[in-house]
Amino acid sequence: MHGDVHAQFAGVTRVYPGAGGHAPVHALGPINVDLHKGEFFAVVGPSGCGKSTFLEVLAGLQQPTVGTVTFEGRAVAGEVPDGVGVVFQEDASFPWLTVWGNAAFGLQRQGTAPAEVRRRVDDALAFMGLKDFAKAYPSQLSGGMRQRVCIARTLVLQPRLILLDEPFGALDAQTRLLMGDEVLKLWRTTGATVLLITHALDEAAMLADRVGAMSARPGRFIEIIETHWPRDRDSTIVAEPTFGEITGRLWERLRGESLKALGHSGQPPAAALAAE
Amino acid sequence: MTRAGWIRLLVIVAMIGALELACRLNFIDHRVMIPPSQMATALITMLASGQLNDDIVRTLGVIAIAVALSVVFGFALGLIIHALPRLRAALDPFFATYYAVPVFIFYPVMIAIFGLSLVPIVLMGVATAIVAMIIATLNGLDRIPRVLTKVARVHRMGRLATALQLQLPAAAPYLFTGVKLSVSYAFIAVIAAEFILAPAGLGRDIANAYADFNNRRMYALMLLVLLIATVVNAGLHAWDLRWAKRRGARPS
Ligand SMILES: Nc1ncnc2c1ncn2[C@@H]1O[C@H](COP(=O)(O)OP(=O)(O)O)[C@@H](O)[C@H]1O
Ligand SMILES: [Mg+2]
Repeated sequence: MHGDVHAQFAGVTRVYPGAGGHAPVHALGPINVDLHKGEFFAVVGPSGCGKSTFLEVLAGLQQPTVGTVTFEGRAVAGEVPDGVGVVFQEDASFPWLTVWGNAAFGLQRQGTAPAEVRRRVDDALAFMGLKDFAKAYPSQLSGGMRQRVCIARTLVLQPRLILLDEPFGALDAQTRLLMGDEVLKLWRTTGATVLLITHALDEAAMLADRVGAMSARPGRFIEIIETHWPRDRDSTIVAEPTFGEITGRLWERLRGESLKALGHSGQPPAAALAAE
Repeated sequence: MTRAGWIRLLVIVAMIGALELACRLNFIDHRVMIPPSQMATALITMLASGQLNDDIVRTLGVIAIAVALSVVFGFALGLIIHALPRLRAALDPFFATYYAVPVFIFYPVMIAIFGLSLVPIVLMGVATAIVAMIIATLNGLDRIPRVLTKVARVHRMGRLATALQLQLPAAAPYLFTGVKLSVSYAFIAVIAAEFILAPAGLGRDIANAYADFNNRRMYALMLLVLLIATVVNAGLHAWDLRWAKRRGARPS
């Protein structure tokens, strides 16, 4: 599983500068981690811990305050590198275009030949189970389907690194398991490196080769757990004992951090009160 | 047509029928109102003779100019005000109360400045319509999802491409609402301004007919104005519906 380094964080810290009288926010780091070529890496952590910041720094959407991020050996600086696709937490489908138009957007911008656009978009829509909805508009689809549209829009550009920021955050648990299967299929078929941000421990444990557990803000990896799942896994592994072990271990590491994120000090309430 | 549509049509037909009957049976004095059927025949005769052509062209032309100016400058001002949050905060109460103030009272002032020409009428139309467009533009810009800027960067789009290919279409439904409102407001302001004081135009025609006790002409002209307003609004509404169907939840 430990192939070539595909992307690397070296001493990366991100501090949001204070604006309008607000204090600066130290959101992330220091982070040192390598993503290997073709691996499925998941990041879990309490909300507000810096997961999206981590992803956006890797995508080149934000600059590290300290340290460097490299993708395929080149420093990521100020722009999204070629070969990186991003699916955001928010619904980013274009309501004014059909599903087909959404998926074709990136290729048409690049000036790809129409026949090639048609071929790749049709493939991507078929792959994402959207073939029958090609002429529909996003408003006619469910939230899960709309996220698929966004994935298809990314997929047609044949990214080598796919970044997914809580793409199923708004979906119910069963739909999320099924979407997890889709993502696994996508990962296997494309051979791309996948980074999945999630707040769901089970999702991370089920999908990833490695799961990075992130501390409360500023986000740092407290532990990176290897799952040793076979490559052709699917959501049925949630029934395996190892799955419970991994999820349990993640929760053990993250419980204190989640309490911190809730505003607790990590001590029992009585001790916290006494310390006032 | 939908069920509601049929019912609406039925209500209108019934009301016109009742009015016709009331006039014919002299419940309503013919010096007060003529039967709708006579309004229609009078209007058809007047239209056929071509005597209304100049006034129709003039009034609709003035409205079109007022709408065009309102939409273009309202949009531009909206962009500027949106980019300057402090200015916006200062102007917000003004926008919120604008339509509570009868801007119309400034019409005599404008005539005093610009004389009895097209200019004060166009300005009245713009003064009434432009703020609706500014407010709609601000609203539309506020509602552009922030994630689109990130999407733009993932696709390595420049400022202009982002604005034209992502932000403009995202805000389009709100901008269209502004256009619709501008049309309605300009229509009202222009006809009213002509009515009060103007050398020509449909509003002036109605006022003249009234002064001459020419009921046939007055009611025919009123019917014409109503018909034009209805057709224009129905057209805009139909267009709006087509969008709404595609884009789901929409304003207004
Ligand atoms: N543009 C910003 N300016 C200031 N603080 C920010 C900004 N974006 C995020 N933050 C703060 O940084 C922290 C991490 O945010 P984020 O990476 O979005 O967390 P997560 O995705 O894990 O929920 C949060 O406390 C958030 O409030
Ligand atoms: Mg986030």
